[in-house]
Amino acid sequence: MLPELGHFALILALLLAALQAFFGIAGPAFARERWTRAVTPALAGQAVMVVTAVVCLANAFIGNDFSVQYVAHNSNTALPLFYRVTALWGAHEGSLLLWILLLSLWSVAVAIRSTSLPPNFAARVLGVLGVVSFGFLLFTLATSNPFVRLDPPWPDGQDLNPILQDPGLAVHPPILYTGYVGFAVAFAFACAAMLEGRLDQAWARWTRPWTTVAWAFLTCGIALGSFWAYYELGWGGFWFWDPVENASFMPWLVGTALVHSLAVTDKRGLFKSWTLLLAILAFSLSMLGTFLVRSGVLVSVHSFAADPSRGMFILVFLILMIGGALSLYAWRAPLLRSSAGFELGARESFLLFNNVLLVIAAATVLAGTLAPLISDALKLGTVSVGPPYFNPTFMLSMLPLTALLSVGIHANWKRGRLKDKQRTLLLSLVAAAVLGVGLSFGVYTGGHVLTPVGETLGLWIVIASLVDPIDRWRRGLSLSRAIVGMTIAHLGLATAVIGLTTVQSFTVERDVALSPGEVTQVGSYQLRFEGVKPIEGPNYSGVGGTFLVTRNGAPVAVLTPQKRQFWVQRQVTSETAITFTRGNNLLLALGDDLGAGRWSVRVQIRPLVSLVWLAALIMAIGGAVAASDRRYQAAKVPVPAPTSAVPGQA
Amino acid sequence: MTPTRRRRLILVLGIVAGVGIAGALALNAFQRNVTFFFDPSQVAKGEVSAGQSFRLGGMVTQGSLARVPGSLEVRFVVTDFSHEVPVRYSGVLPDLFREGAGVVAHGRLDGSGTFVADEVLAKHDEKYMPPEVARSLKRRHGESRADEVPAVPAATPKAGT
Repeated sequence: MLPELGHFALILALLLAALQAFFGIAGPAFARERWTRAVTPALAGQAVMVVTAVVCLANAFIGNDFSVQYVAHNSNTALPLFYRVTALWGAHEGSLLLWILLLSLWSVAVAIRSTSLPPNFAARVLGVLGVVSFGFLLFTLATSNPFVRLDPPWPDGQDLNPILQDPGLAVHPPILYTGYVGFAVAFAFACAAMLEGRLDQAWARWTRPWTTVAWAFLTCGIALGSFWAYYELGWGGFWFWDPVENASFMPWLVGTALVHSLAVTDKRGLFKSWTLLLAILAFSLSMLGTFLVRSGVLVSVHSFAADPSRGMFILVFLILMIGGALSLYAWRAPLLRSSAGFELGARESFLLFNNVLLVIAAATVLAGTLAPLISDALKLGTVSVGPPYFNPTFMLSMLPLTALLSVGIHANWKRGRLKDKQRTLLLSLVAAAVLGVGLSFGVYTGGHVLTPVGETLGLWIVIASLVDPIDRWRRGLSLSRAIVGMTIAHLGLATAVIGLTTVQSFTVERDVALSPGEVTQVGSYQLRFEGVKPIEGPNYSGVGGTFLVTRNGAPVAVLTPQKRQFWVQRQVTSETAITFTRGNNLLLALGDDLGAGRWSVRVQIRPLVSLVWLAALIMAIGGAVAASDRRYQAAKVPVPAPTSAVPGQA
Repeated sequence: MTPTRRRRLILVLGIVAGVGIAGALALNAFQRNVTFFFDPSQVAKGEVSAGQSFRLGGMVTQGSLARVPGSLEVRFVVTDFSHEVPVRYSGVLPDLFREGAGVVAHGRLDGSGTFVADEVLAKHDEKYMPPEVARSLKRRHGESRADEVPAVPAATPKAGT
């Protein structure tokens, strides 16, 4: 009975989303105040229905209701309760429902926090969000209904894909999707501003905290996915330039550009069209990512069930949304006029370069992601594009970006008076270079020509971004949360640059064959293989190996990687064992029984790889701090004139 | 030309130049770093130029997996049911590697026609069938043959995000 209730709730949610979209857009357009006021109740109803549907599906998973096809395909009575809950978003239909749920929650949050915005504007934002909700609900109901019944019910389910039976799955998709979906809010604000014809600085300021929060979630989500792939999949890496990774990375790059461009629009009233286009682009890339993942057009590790009708639906929806938004832009473009100018060395110029470089980076990633598709369509042969393409092209735009950042944060708005800062910049660069070269050649050996360059640029960001805040703090001046957050986020980027440079330069990877009792030397570590023992889990059995790790005779860790054979799907997975010592990240994955008592083992040493994930966390914290700045809070207090001037701030 | 205009011109020219250079370099990187995919029939026909590294895809022939006991070196045969290519690899095989299932390997041909793999890929779709392999089999044998190969027909696992 409950699955039918869930299905019914989804249908109601679809109807309510249609109402939400209609009232939100038509109400202000025809000046019908009663319609405008009806948006919030429609949204509330939609959200309640979506939550009901999710609860019904969760209930089916918890209660092992194998008459529901989606549950039967992705769960099993032997599956632990925790994974029965997270299996909800373990495959296509459920993850789509998660997407819809998060969109509803974002919409509700916007409705709650927008009470001080002009009612028409707030209604339009919610109306556009309603259109997005409607599209995804229709997609779910038409092509991917999670409540389809099986007749007769299966006695037991097919189990969740073993590699998804991991705590990483519990957190990675929800956080990633929260970020993805969050860009729908920026998109909705941009569309509302265009519908309203109100393209002053106000909409940018209202959008900023939402965009920053969505960006922070996306940052965390991508890092969690990378960490999960590293320790659970054990392929030996934290980033593979896989199409699905790229699908989440492109919106992140454009989202980062948007966060910066919004700052210029908000503070200086410049880059207005560019900001609008970026808001549209960021969400379009989120949707394109969904299309690429769900339609199965690209070869990827994240293989959802490929179904051409799904791909077609998203493609049409994508075209309608982007086409609609761009037509809106074309219609309103004459209203866009920037009065202010700026000098070449002014902060605006640096932010412009930041935007151009980030968009170039996103474009090169997009080109590499779509190339196999295009080559196939044009019958040029089946090709694949991998790290040899992505790594250098990405670095090409990132190196100038990081260098310009250190200079740019010292530039003033409007006027290019960098001469005053010449000494500071030069001194910090020299200090960074000394430390960077020291790190490259003193601590590690070997490396690449670009290693000292990368380390120096990373350290330069650290020093350069701390100069001003420390100076202000010492002089007893206050620091706004926006500045503190920005500084933290930039330090996060510096951490990422240092971590990536180090790990890319000094990784050691080796496959070795070992007999029990044998010792091998990998990098600066000695590994002693103690042998394997059988292991038994709730829904799998397998073997676990024991390795004693020492470094110059001093014990470091005992590592126990496992090889698990899952009963239901008969799939084998490797549980890697990882130790973190002295910034080095030693990973062991058990390979195959080679016969004669020997086992193959994959050994990887990745120095400072943890910094890459830590960097994402730091950036996200920076985003959260910046989004909590008081100047955005001002919008919360009900004021009669919502666009009251906000005092300018450096 | 007013100073403002000149500044703007410099800015715009700078950006155009930057984008142009980036585009040229990206295109260059493309040409040098794209890896082609071939199936055993294409290899037999000699479509692969000597010394070129490429991706070989097909099914692992039943009973072809052999290793020197205690060593990392493995040998197996990749087939598309028309032609076969022997493969040599030294290292840990991916978890999903098995006889009778699809496989994609990266490497190059040695003088004797053996494919020396430097990487064997575990990336797979839900039927344990790399999509390129599925497509190649479909091309050679029609729909039916591609359907009979999944190693675990009862289970259709799905990967999450």
